[in-house]
Amino acid sequence: MENSVIISIEKLVKQFPMGQGVFTALNEIDLTVQKGEFSGLIGPSGSGKTTLLNIVGSLDAPTRGEATVLGQPISKLGPREAARLRKENLGFIFQSYNLLQVHTVYENVEFPLLLLNIQAAERRKMVMDALEWVGLTSKEKSKPPQLSGGECQRVAIARAMVKRPSLVLADEPTANLDAANSHHILQTMVKLNEELGTTFLFATHDEKVISYLRRKIYLLDGKIDKIEHVAVNDTVPS
Amino acid sequence: MIRFLIKGLIRDKSRSALPIIVVAIGVMLTVFMHAYIAGIMGDTIEMNARFSEGHMKVTTRAYAAEIDQVPNDLAILEADGLVSKLENQFAGVSWASRIKFGGLIDAPDENGETKAQGPAMGIGIDLLSTESEEPARLNLTKSLVRGQMPRQSGEVLISDHFATKLGVNIGDPVTLIGSTMEGGMSMYNFTVAGTLSFGMEAMDRGTIIADLTDVGKALQMEGAAGEILGFLPDGFYDHEEAVKMAEAFNAGYSGDQDEYAPQMVALGQQEKMSFYVELSEVWLYYISLIFIIAMSLVLWNAGLLGGLRRYGEVGIRLAMGEEKRHVYVTMIWESVFIGLAGSVVGTGIGLFCAWLLQKYGLDISGMMEGSSVMMPSVIRARITPPDLWLGFFPGLLSTVIGTMLSGIGIFKRQTARLFKELEA
Ligand SMILES: Nc1ncnc2c1ncn2[C@@H]1O[C@H](COP(=O)(O)OP(=O)(O)OP(=O)(O)O)[C@@H](O)[C@H]1O
Ligand SMILES: [Mg+2]
Repeated sequence: MENSVIISIEKLVKQFPMGQGVFTALNEIDLTVQKGEFSGLIGPSGSGKTTLLNIVGSLDAPTRGEATVLGQPISKLGPREAARLRKENLGFIFQSYNLLQVHTVYENVEFPLLLLNIQAAERRKMVMDALEWVGLTSKEKSKPPQLSGGECQRVAIARAMVKRPSLVLADEPTANLDAANSHHILQTMVKLNEELGTTFLFATHDEKVISYLRRKIYLLDGKIDKIEHVAVNDTVPS
Repeated sequence: MIRFLIKGLIRDKSRSALPIIVVAIGVMLTVFMHAYIAGIMGDTIEMNARFSEGHMKVTTRAYAAEIDQVPNDLAILEADGLVSKLENQFAGVSWASRIKFGGLIDAPDENGETKAQGPAMGIGIDLLSTESEEPARLNLTKSLVRGQMPRQSGEVLISDHFATKLGVNIGDPVTLIGSTMEGGMSMYNFTVAGTLSFGMEAMDRGTIIADLTDVGKALQMEGAAGEILGFLPDGFYDHEEAVKMAEAFNAGYSGDQDEYAPQMVALGQQEKMSFYVELSEVWLYYISLIFIIAMSLVLWNAGLLGGLRRYGEVGIRLAMGEEKRHVYVTMIWESVFIGLAGSVVGTGIGLFCAWLLQKYGLDISGMMEGSSVMMPSVIRARITPPDLWLGFFPGLLSTVIGTMLSGIGIFKRQTARLFKELEA
């Protein structure tokens, strides 16, 4: 099992300057995530979920300690290597979708492949596959302003998944969605997790999301409070 | 990737059409203003050149020293000889002898008694020879109000206003009472062939235009010329060129102590005009500078705003794994295209507007009434080579620099912070 570790976090501290002193958002976090996990950081607002996810996603650097993602020590990555890690191995899903408004659904999903310099024919196939996973092949020519919130988030999932990254980081992906849409996209992600073996790490306090997680990592005031494992059988309400 | 960026650029009007329009307007105004001012300044200079100063003026040294008094007793005696010499030395330049004179015009009644009198400013030019460029230079045919151009010696043109004041009609005799070269009094009879209106108060008050030969006879200075004016081949005053010619000419007389030796001055070297020539250069310089600065500020701001508006897009692209540097470089390339497009369009429209104003002019004679300054009554722009780059480069540079600065603002931020702002 040793070589199937995808995220390894040791004594991770993240502090932000605040007034005269500093504010400690993450305090000595130790955590390991295995390949293929469907797990989530759970905790009240301000507990440090986004901060931790950003560090894992190499969007931010630790103050002390280390987070190793796919063998890469985040604190030692230069901007170039961090960009490369994101480009090749990471997918992001945000609460507010963050789609490019003037580009079509197809172009939004295609964008990560452009960064990877993938050939046009191959690109087309990959984009159409990704749109099929999320059930949006009929909307490839639409632009985000013409889509519902649920559809937008599905485009964002397709965009995160299109390059088949090893790890997808999803920060409150259901916060702007109603129950039906939330379940829909969660089921989609579970399916991708099972079929492609993609590792998912969520940050959430939404009960609907929590009910799908197989490992629940509770954060409180920048520390890990407890971790719950869920037996495979009694999880996914499908 | 490039196609992706171009699509974004074209579809997002606030990133393409809008800034291009802003750039184009700024560039257009700069180009147009420059041509407009060049036109007004240039026309004023040309008008003074044609009516009184020439691009270069040759007089005797003594005449030049008292030029304001029009000292015809110090005139150039063998004028034709000097003109041939000038024509040989300066190919392409057109030289014209003139005599300026002051005097009284006396209008007699049927009995030969004085009916009315008035002070006149006279110019003797080559009116009668067919190859003379002088009538065209002074725009005489177009300025004619009544009567016709003189056809034979003894005929004169006087300003219409002056004719009305004296009660003189076409074909009536008038007597010029002036002073001879030797200082004696002279009387000479002319016939009025036509009346003129120049649209310039300074000229319309009391001008009389006669043939040079007649004036020579009247003032007993036949063969002499008070002034020989030179006009550059392309019709526009070129200060450097004119000064160069003046220096070349004067060098030929540097060993000569004679105060009647000829000397040449360029228009811009004459006291009266030098201020104006300098002013026009300074003005052009400052107006252009002010416009360029104002435009740069506006465009810079537009670039900044454009950059700030794109926080979201930048954040997404960074999250997808695009390098900061690459995002920055693509944004700058975009601004280069925006700046180029806007500057080309703006320069084009600016030149077109300037060309319209150059070709058709804008008649402001109504506003010029009562003015004693010799100013053109029709405003014309004049397109000069700087118009090609004067708006173009500031338009391009300020767009690109604006984007660069706004980009630095974005990229100094932590990537994670960009996302905080994105989520907000
Ligand atoms: N850039 C920053 N500067 C200062 N403080 C910050 C910064 N980013 C986060 N924090 C602080 O760190 C703490 C954790 O923030 P974080 O965004 O990780 O919380 P969260 O668990 O994601 O909360 P939520 O559920 O509201 O999204 C908060 O108290 C927050 O104010
Ligand atoms: Mg959060």
